[in-house]
Amino acid sequence: MKSPIKIAGAALGITAGLFLLMNSPGCRPTTTTTAVTGDAASKVYVKPGTHDEFYNFVSGGFSGQLAIYGLPSGRLLREVPVFSVDPESGYGYSEETKPMLMTTHGFIPWDDSHHPELSQTNAVPDGRWCFINGNNTPRIGLIDLGTFRTHSMIEIPNSAGNHSSPFSTPNTEYVIAGTRFSVPMGDDASRDVSIKSYKENFKGTVSFIKPEPETGKMSIAFQIVTPPVNFDLARTGKGVSDGWFFFSCYNTEQAYSLLEVNASQRDKDFIMCVNWKLAEQLAKEGKGKKVAGKHYSNWWNHNTHTAESTIYEEVLQLDPKDHPGLVYFMPCPKSPHGCDVNPTGEYIVGSGKLAALIPVFSFKKIQEAIAKNDVEGDFAGIPVLKYESVLHGEVKKPGLGPLHTEFDANGNAYTSFFVSSEIVKWNVEKLEVVDRVPTYYSIGHLMVPGGNSAKPWGKYVVAYNKITKDRYLPTGPELTQSAQLYSIEGDKMELLLDFPTTGEPHYAQAAPADLIKPREVKFFKIEENQHPYVAKGEKETRVERKGKEVHIWMTTIRSHFSPDNIEGVKLGDEVYFHVTNLEQDWDVPHGFAMKGAANAELLIMPGETQTLKWIPTKVGVQPFYCTDFCSALHQEMQGYIRVSPANSNVPLNAYTVSVDAEL
Amino acid sequence: MSPKILPGLATLVVTAFLFACGGGGESKPAGPPGASGEAPSAALGKSTAGLITAADISMGEIDQGMVEKGRGIYDVKCQACHSTGPNRVVGPGWKGITERRKPEWIMNMMLNIDVMLETDPEAQKGLEECLVRMPNQGLSKDDGRQVLEFMRTL
Repeated sequence: MKSPIKIAGAALGITAGLFLLMNSPGCRPTTTTTAVTGDAASKVYVKPGTHDEFYNFVSGGFSGQLAIYGLPSGRLLREVPVFSVDPESGYGYSEETKPMLMTTHGFIPWDDSHHPELSQTNAVPDGRWCFINGNNTPRIGLIDLGTFRTHSMIEIPNSAGNHSSPFSTPNTEYVIAGTRFSVPMGDDASRDVSIKSYKENFKGTVSFIKPEPETGKMSIAFQIVTPPVNFDLARTGKGVSDGWFFFSCYNTEQAYSLLEVNASQRDKDFIMCVNWKLAEQLAKEGKGKKVAGKHYSNWWNHNTHTAESTIYEEVLQLDPKDHPGLVYFMPCPKSPHGCDVNPTGEYIVGSGKLAALIPVFSFKKIQEAIAKNDVEGDFAGIPVLKYESVLHGEVKKPGLGPLHTEFDANGNAYTSFFVSSEIVKWNVEKLEVVDRVPTYYSIGHLMVPGGNSAKPWGKYVVAYNKITKDRYLPTGPELTQSAQLYSIEGDKMELLLDFPTTGEPHYAQAAPADLIKPREVKFFKIEENQHPYVAKGEKETRVERKGKEVHIWMTTIRSHFSPDNIEGVKLGDEVYFHVTNLEQDWDVPHGFAMKGAANAELLIMPGETQTLKWIPTKVGVQPFYCTDFCSALHQEMQGYIRVSPANSNVPLNAYTVSVDAEL
Repeated sequence: MSPKILPGLATLVVTAFLFACGGGGESKPAGPPGASGEAPSAALGKSTAGLITAADISMGEIDQGMVEKGRGIYDVKCQACHSTGPNRVVGPGWKGITERRKPEWIMNMMLNIDVMLETDPEAQKGLEECLVRMPNQGLSKDDGRQVLEFMRTL
């Protein structure tokens, strides 16, 4: 038990910490009345029946999902299930979706999603796909923005904590995945080592993942193996720096315990510069080494409405020690988090989360330093460029704890400050602070629509906050997560709106609605449905026994199932309901729920076939019904299935009876 | 039908129309408004623009090829609710349908159901009777014409 003195000390410490937080320069206006001006409401009001201007793709954090909001209203439009099962849609429960969550660890029903990244054409979001990383069991998901569904998923081998991910090259040739944790790799003997041998036996990796342009199937093109550090965030070069990639890394102390203290010792960590076009060429020339790296690549086949898994045993690795010119380190103050590239591609902004300044690096100077071999030494054999030689300049005293930076189209940068809880606007060329606004409270990432791209749309900056406290009606110990919308149209940033978010919002991106709306799929054409158990019309509905498996080809249309009476199922059977929704109109899904099914419902879109597996546990007649209100006779949309004892002789039969039709 | 049931039925009809026109996820007559901020006033008007007219349909001798195509579409997209006999399942039976209804009325029910339910008294009467909104089954004009040809054989 702790001594009373220690307890008092802790209490004092917490009080002092809170006091600092609430009284730091960024938190001075403490009420909404001092922060919001008169016409804010009209700027976020989207009148009933009209649409928002932007789609906002927000990470779900520990929900494992991707949340979609409209801006400027902050209205939640959809939560797309990516890494976590979703009983509402049947994702991860239906037979068709289960393979999407398969990994070398087996079926993994959850993850921690951090950074949405829109696919790009010419360094501008093109509205086709949204990627997001799974941090815990390293994966990247690809969401198709025609269906707003997870369309593809790849597991990252030789990675542990896929945090520095999934940032895109300017034409989505690749999305990258940098490991947060370095780990020992190779065969069992090489991996079973003392944690204390971190420096000798642990390695980091950054992977370049190629999504096939036509299908969205993902594979690992190559992996660059690095000295053991922690990778945090990354950005592609573009414009003048096209062909390069920049990764922030911390723990260059190479600590393996109590990182809070032991990884905060050095004055500077690194931003790692990778010449990815060179890496691509080396990989093509067969210069890499195939190493063990078993991983899954899962893909949604839209013809069969079913996910398929491909298993790879190896991965191609490039070691920078063998390839001079591939990788350089740049010193960057104090455990950098953000590593952001301005629209022209010339400036790389490091955000040392323990620093009180913002270093801005010049790509031109980086190239000159490389050409002149202007280095201050090496780190595990990789050259470290001289800080002063690659620096454009530093923004002095911008605030406390810079985390992440995005840009507008007018030469300004917007940096989030966690410790001083504010957004600071500054001029990139002049390195001068031009405005600052408080956030409520403790902002993490921020986002300007297109603010990572070559052509920012601007207009707003959104703060994704880490602390909620008193901003909303309290809901017990756990509060809603929160975001805040600011206008950046004038010289001064202006707080317009708070909106609650689901899961912890880490990073987010946004794109104009007009870029995405025309892509929307309204229903799946029943003619094109190639599901092996599709029933194209009630004439194809039936029931078949295959040993212990009973397969039911079933259809839905407003408002009945066919068949809706099934007999001859026995205890010990596995029943598969293959349900085809015959509707061919927008917004007419049907649901399917079976009493006692140990999973979830199905929610079947028009023209789609999905399968629910049910293992009956009781003899008797049991009901199923439609869960999604479909018509005035929705409550009549139901059926019965009779379960008999294992030794029963009831013949297998499925039927629908109509009282007055001559069928 | 017994008179006792009628008041209850009338309530149901009102409910059905509420869902048909407001909630229940049904699309608006002329589709959702396009650009953000656009007033949906045009969509709320009862325009019959775009409906198929008699002049749009040519009918000659029964074309057996079209009949077979129409039958194929019927099996996948229509049979769940319509029998080829005289009686109703969800919607009316199709036997003799082309003698009771004009070709353009049938085509519009298949292809332009939203406008028909907004503007056509006969279509509205059908909904009052069946209570389930006729689904838009995503038929092309050619699909609809082939289904019509199949109907002519019933």
